Amino acid sequence: MAQAPTRAKRKNPVLRTPLPTLPPHARSRVALGLTAAAARGALELQVCRDCGAVQYPPREVCRDCLSSRLTWRPRNGDGELVAETVLRTAQELYFRERLPWRIGIVRLDGANLVVYVHESVGRVPRRVRVEAALDRAGEAVLIAVSPNGRTDLSADAKLREMTCDPRGRKILVTDGKTVIGQAVVRALAAAGAEVIWVGEAEPWKKIAGSATLRDLPQVTMVPLDVTDSASVRELAGEIGAKVDILVNTADCHRTSAIGARGALDAAQLEMDINYFGLLRLAKEFAPLLKARAADGPASSVAWVNVLSIFALANYPPHGTYSASKAAALSLSQALRADLYTAGVRLINLFPGPVDDEWDQLEMPPKLSPGALAAAVVAALQGSLEDVYPGEVAQDWLARYRDNAKALERELSEGSR
Amino acid sequence: MAASGYADVVLAAPVTVPYVRYSIRGAHWFIGRALAQLLAAANIEKERIDGLAVASFTLAPDTAVGLTQHLGLTLRWLENPPMGGASAVVSIRRAARAVQSGDAVIVACIGGDTNHTDSFRRNTSAFSQFAQDAVYPYGSGGPNTSFALLTSYYMRSYGAQREDFGKLCVAQRNNALNNPLALFKKPLTLDQYLNARLIADPLRLFDCVMPCAGTEGFLVMREGTARALGLPYARLLAAIERHNAFPDDPVQFRGGWAIDRDELFAQAGLRHDDIDFVEVYDDYPVINVLQFEDLGFCSKGEGPDFIRANSFEVDGTFPCNTSGGQLSVGQAGAAGGHLGVVEAIRQLTGQTLGARVVDARYGLVSGFGMINYDRGICSGAVVLAAD
Repeated sequence: MAQAPTRAKRKNPVLRTPLPTLPPHARSRVALGLTAAAARGALELQVCRDCGAVQYPPREVCRDCLSSRLTWRPRNGDGELVAETVLRTAQELYFRERLPWRIGIVRLDGANLVVYVHESVGRVPRRVRVEAALDRAGEAVLIAVSPNGRTDLSADAKLREMTCDPRGRKILVTDGKTVIGQAVVRALAAAGAEVIWVGEAEPWKKIAGSATLRDLPQVTMVPLDVTDSASVRELAGEIGAKVDILVNTADCHRTSAIGARGALDAAQLEMDINYFGLLRLAKEFAPLLKARAADGPASSVAWVNVLSIFALANYPPHGTYSASKAAALSLSQALRADLYTAGVRLINLFPGPVDDEWDQLEMPPKLSPGALAAAVVAALQGSLEDVYPGEVAQDWLARYRDNAKALERELSEGSR
Repeated sequence: MAASGYADVVLAAPVTVPYVRYSIRGAHWFIGRALAQLLAAANIEKERIDGLAVASFTLAPDTAVGLTQHLGLTLRWLENPPMGGASAVVSIRRAARAVQSGDAVIVACIGGDTNHTDSFRRNTSAFSQFAQDAVYPYGSGGPNTSFALLTSYYMRSYGAQREDFGKLCVAQRNNALNNPLALFKKPLTLDQYLNARLIADPLRLFDCVMPCAGTEGFLVMREGTARALGLPYARLLAAIERHNAFPDDPVQFRGGWAIDRDELFAQAGLRHDDIDFVEVYDDYPVINVLQFEDLGFCSKGEGPDFIRANSFEVDGTFPCNTSGGQLSVGQAGAAGGHLGVVEAIRQLTGQTLGARVVDARYGLVSGFGMINYDRGICSGAVVLAAD
């Protein structure tokens, strides 16, 4: 069971806030294949397409038959822990500040994996399951966990660093007016968030559901209009130095094909919220999150964007919306690079059509707002940065990874 | 096919540039000083050196090529073995063939490094692609992590106790107390060893070498050349090397010596009990034990009993690392691979800085190097004889 981080009610203003340090991030290009899979929460290792040999560490040619046809394939991670140690000295500051570290060697499919060993794993020798996680530098690392059941990384005092567990955190949800925003707030409260600030753009407009949000003890409604730079700046000045996790649910979705009447107006509004809104938030909040990335056990840890699977490839019936989410995706990559310099993770969710008013005409399966909110919480509790919740998102992702051009053609079918 | 022998090849002029914990000098300084000492020891002009084998981790951006210009050497033979603790053995093998064939007449073999306050971290963080990708991001422990894993596996598999490793370390310290160049000057008790600060379980402080700066060097030539120069020398009887042996062992519990030891002793024409002393690579004591076993002084798994049955001081039943070894002298980077060779030449030519093994006629020196990922990749050994 994860324990809530303990922190003083008030930050002592006399004490210096520790500066964030990072684990080493240098990797060869082939090794980034491990990171690419871990970013989606998957363990993949290179497998030789000619002789089937599993490879680790990542390499350019097969260690057995010298074939260069190595491909990354999902693995179940079952292996044996054959040696372990507890490291009590370290050369890099990040590790030195968090000693000791439990490290082992796992024999898996004929390859040797140097891994972190989860606290819950018994002494060597022993069957384990290897998972991939992202460390605070955003690079993949391997972790040996118990072979049975789901493992909670947060239950390990050190490996908790690989997660962004909302338990005990102070969280800003940028828009509480949408059904998605409201579901996210409830899910975060249920996951143990200590404080949730919920943004409200036009407080005088009464929206269904917002009244019950106010009844949650963790929730404080705050004025926030992401289309207004002054509003964003004002809120950042007020609470920015206390935010541990920012969840950007602000979203504008008009179902405009580009030839539709009013498409330009719709596009401008969508861009102002989905793209410029993100940029305004980034400008004010990113420096504050970065400054508190090592501020004790409940430091700032994550930024979450609810994007759309339409960001990967344009869905012409929602042409302008798709474009605004693609712009937001691109911007989020720049923001991720910036946040990782302090060890703050940026998580993007790419849901397919959601069961809300703007996706009314989309055929099922559709993602319920509650399922999307659960995916936000799971992403924070786990160790990944790209989340594709629901069947439609998974289907699009598979098609996109298989052949992006084919997906473009498939999506254009609806316009003909 | 058995390799042809090394008849007529000798090693002479053992030199050491005194070790220091940290230095403001560059590696070029340490290698240059060693070369000057070699010339002085052999009483020859720089122009007589026509071959150079140099091993160093801290020469970057230079290699041995840059050194030729830096040191004003005009050479017809140049080697730069990147093999760390196995580099001296490899240099000897290469240099022996060069002087036998006439490609070179006098080859200077030098291993040395500088050590700045942050050198060790910089070297280990980018030691190899596998280390950078798949070990260093796990706690940045450097070799401590790898050898802790090896040591714990060996202890679990073969019943070795901490006291067994401690006995080796204490004996080496006793040997070092006679060596004026050793950085460790105080006796080490078994209690101090057992109760030292934990580094990476089960390793404690005195299981780990201390990085430092310094150089070791010697000359390889034909016997006739040495005689003409009036130099005392040791003969090269046999030499082996092996890289990436036993890649499928789950955790390293043996090295390449296990493949090549029969050839080593056959080439030397000796049996194990002919060997009067050994100089083994000792960055961590578990590696000493692997070498005792894999070189055939005892069987695999009998290392702990072998330690309990022997004493390892210069006057012991199995003199080992007679100048103190790296564990008590210091690990000056690639000099660590050369320390044992230089000490063996001193023992066999009566030029020891400290205590001498009585009537030593045959010495075995083995090397081990390069934790590329989860194990040491390079192994080698030479057998040397007094003239």
